[in-house]
Amino acid sequence: MSEQTRDYVLGEHPELPAPDQRSGFVKWAMENLFSSIGNSVVTIVGLYILYLVIPPFIQWAIIDSVVLGAESRRECQAINPDGACWAFIYRRWDQFVYGFYPAPERWRVNLSFVFVAIIIAIALVEKLRAIKGAIWVALALVAACAILIVGGMFGLDRVPTNKFGGFMLTLIIGLTGIFASLPIGIVLALSRLSSLPIFSIFATIFIEFIRGVPLITLLFIASTLLSYFLPPGTNFDLLVRVLIMVTLFSAAYLAEVIRGGLAAIPRGQYEAADALGLSYWKSMRLIILPQALKISIPGIVSSFIGLFKDTTLVLIIGLLDPLGIGQAAIADVKWIALSNELYVFIALFFFVFCFSMSRYSLYLERKLHTGHKR
Amino acid sequence: MSVSDVSEKAPSSLGAMWRDKKTRAIIMQIVAVIAVLLFFGWLVNNTVSNIENLGIKVGFDFLWNTASYDINQTLIDYTANDTHFRAGLVGLLNTLLVAVCGVILATILGFSAGVARLSNNFVLSRLMQVYVEAVRNVPVLLQILLWYGIILHSFPRVKAAEPIIEGVIATNRGLFLPQPLPQDGFGWVWIAFFAGIIGSFFFRRYAKKALDSTGKQLPVLWASLGLIIGLPIIVYFLMGQPLGVSMPELKGFNYKGGFAIKPEFLALWLALSIYTGAFIAEIVRAGILSVSHGQSEAAHALGIKPSLTMRLVVVPQALRVIIPPLISQYLNLTKNSSLAIAIGYMDIVATLGGISLNQSGRALEIMLIILSVYLFLSLSISGVMNIYNERVKLVER
Repeated sequence: MSEQTRDYVLGEHPELPAPDQRSGFVKWAMENLFSSIGNSVVTIVGLYILYLVIPPFIQWAIIDSVVLGAESRRECQAINPDGACWAFIYRRWDQFVYGFYPAPERWRVNLSFVFVAIIIAIALVEKLRAIKGAIWVALALVAACAILIVGGMFGLDRVPTNKFGGFMLTLIIGLTGIFASLPIGIVLALSRLSSLPIFSIFATIFIEFIRGVPLITLLFIASTLLSYFLPPGTNFDLLVRVLIMVTLFSAAYLAEVIRGGLAAIPRGQYEAADALGLSYWKSMRLIILPQALKISIPGIVSSFIGLFKDTTLVLIIGLLDPLGIGQAAIADVKWIALSNELYVFIALFFFVFCFSMSRYSLYLERKLHTGHKR
Repeated sequence: MSVSDVSEKAPSSLGAMWRDKKTRAIIMQIVAVIAVLLFFGWLVNNTVSNIENLGIKVGFDFLWNTASYDINQTLIDYTANDTHFRAGLVGLLNTLLVAVCGVILATILGFSAGVARLSNNFVLSRLMQVYVEAVRNVPVLLQILLWYGIILHSFPRVKAAEPIIEGVIATNRGLFLPQPLPQDGFGWVWIAFFAGIIGSFFFRRYAKKALDSTGKQLPVLWASLGLIIGLPIIVYFLMGQPLGVSMPELKGFNYKGGFAIKPEFLALWLALSIYTGAFIAEIVRAGILSVSHGQSEAAHALGIKPSLTMRLVVVPQALRVIIPPLISQYLNLTKNSSLAIAIGYMDIVATLGGISLNQSGRALEIMLIILSVYLFLSLSISGVMNIYNERVKLVER
């Protein structure tokens, strides 16, 4: 290119090659896959890796797999020794979903799943949210779920929380943490940025402490140490203790995300709110927080995803989340050492949830983007 | 005259005091302090009465009792006759070991994947996207267990294992590698190595001075590499190759000799690095994309070579965006290493918080130690990060 420019003599036209006539896939492939020798090598190596990984995985997970008609690992291997033994998941499905929730009472969990779906729909779909009273319906459904699952009221038998397990437990911990930690996180962020030094100091100490230690140590405290700190004789439920710890943990991380959002709001917005004569809380609620929360959406959602993934840690203090159920199941002689099947299955569950959350946050980001960005 | 000046004249009633912004702020803060003090007083009070009621002994003296349990991976000498304190120290070193190794591998993986995701090559960028999305959306505990499961169940048994290359054997009991054994005189190679580092530092300063005064560029990179790598190699051969190798050999039921990487460490290291690497890849990608296109265009307009543009214009600006979240990922990796307890890697949570706690029953003291250790690590690293941030911060207006 540069040589041709240099060779250009006034009045004479350089003989450039004709424009590329190729189009469609060939052109795209030439530009994106084989534009240079190095690029071609990378493409071929990449495709070869895909060839090495994908066909054997499909062979193992789908073609050679055994889903029905096997009662144990031995029978699975008798049918097809090379494939995945999904029969294990199939036979233990109820445990993976409900844990040890008593079988005759499982309709209560199923009904709660439906309610949760409605609550999530109200929270996410704008048209539903706009209906008057929708928020009260959602709150009533939350209460209904709690009553249904725990029981002990309205003629429902009480189910002890140590029977909870499986995906149901993951959803209980994850959703409670998500919904409870957001308000606490907002309050923490506001107090950390508050002009009142005492509030700011307390919030900073709390946030830095929680963020400085691993969740697992906090869960250990919840499970072993909390009884020291409470009046003698009090003994409250392990699940409640875990819920409190998970919520506080997530709130501290959310507070930092929201603090970033608050700091990004131009000074003029605060001043304008003051100039309008709004009180602190009104200016926050009407002017600052809507903008700050909007720009922190990606961070908020990724911290929700983190919280959802962290629910697996409860297995270490003996709660039976799907991973805990599965660990117990692969210790069973009948299904011994089927760890790959187990982990692939649970990974898929988490992937579906977390990936859809992250896609939703991208969608929301685009939708709420009101065009201040250049 | 401001509003508060007006109200200062007549704070006659409680209501007026409450309406005054300054007084209200002071009242609210005093109330908050009292509430927090009362809460902690209540906690301490409960703890004291609980300890009295249950007759639990309190104190850190148990740290000097015999631990009487074995640890399968130790960086310092340790036997079951050593104290709980030493067991905790072994655990802490194991935590730091996996954290440091993890940070190194995660950085390499993350930077390569982050740059590769921005590649024009469709296959490569898509592959990296799949890696990032698949790994980020699956719990790290599950990944640790998955890797451990793969090593235990899918790696060959010790008897059946074939060496991958001479002296490197992957089995379900771990990875066995040849171990270099320094002999007399190897110390000189180390000395040459450090001398090379110091020498390259001085050469850099000299080259900078030469550049500033004469405008002549000296080959800093090659000279540094020569000093740091070449010098020790020359000394090594001059000293008559003072390095033996201990090869792993199959004796009885296991390999003896050589250098063994335990499956627990391997699983934890791989899982943490791959997991954190995916996050780092996103950070790196965002950092590079954050450098405005005008910057590289301006560099091209000034006639700076593309390779130098990347090094002198894009990367320094991208690093400013990359470093803070990168450090917080390093911290996350260190904290996530506490999940080691799930597969029996003996880090500080597994030694002190696991077996020592069960043996001595000193939950309060042990959790205090563990929390302080993690807090110290986190706060010191974030302190360093804040200093760095101050230094690279853009000075505006």
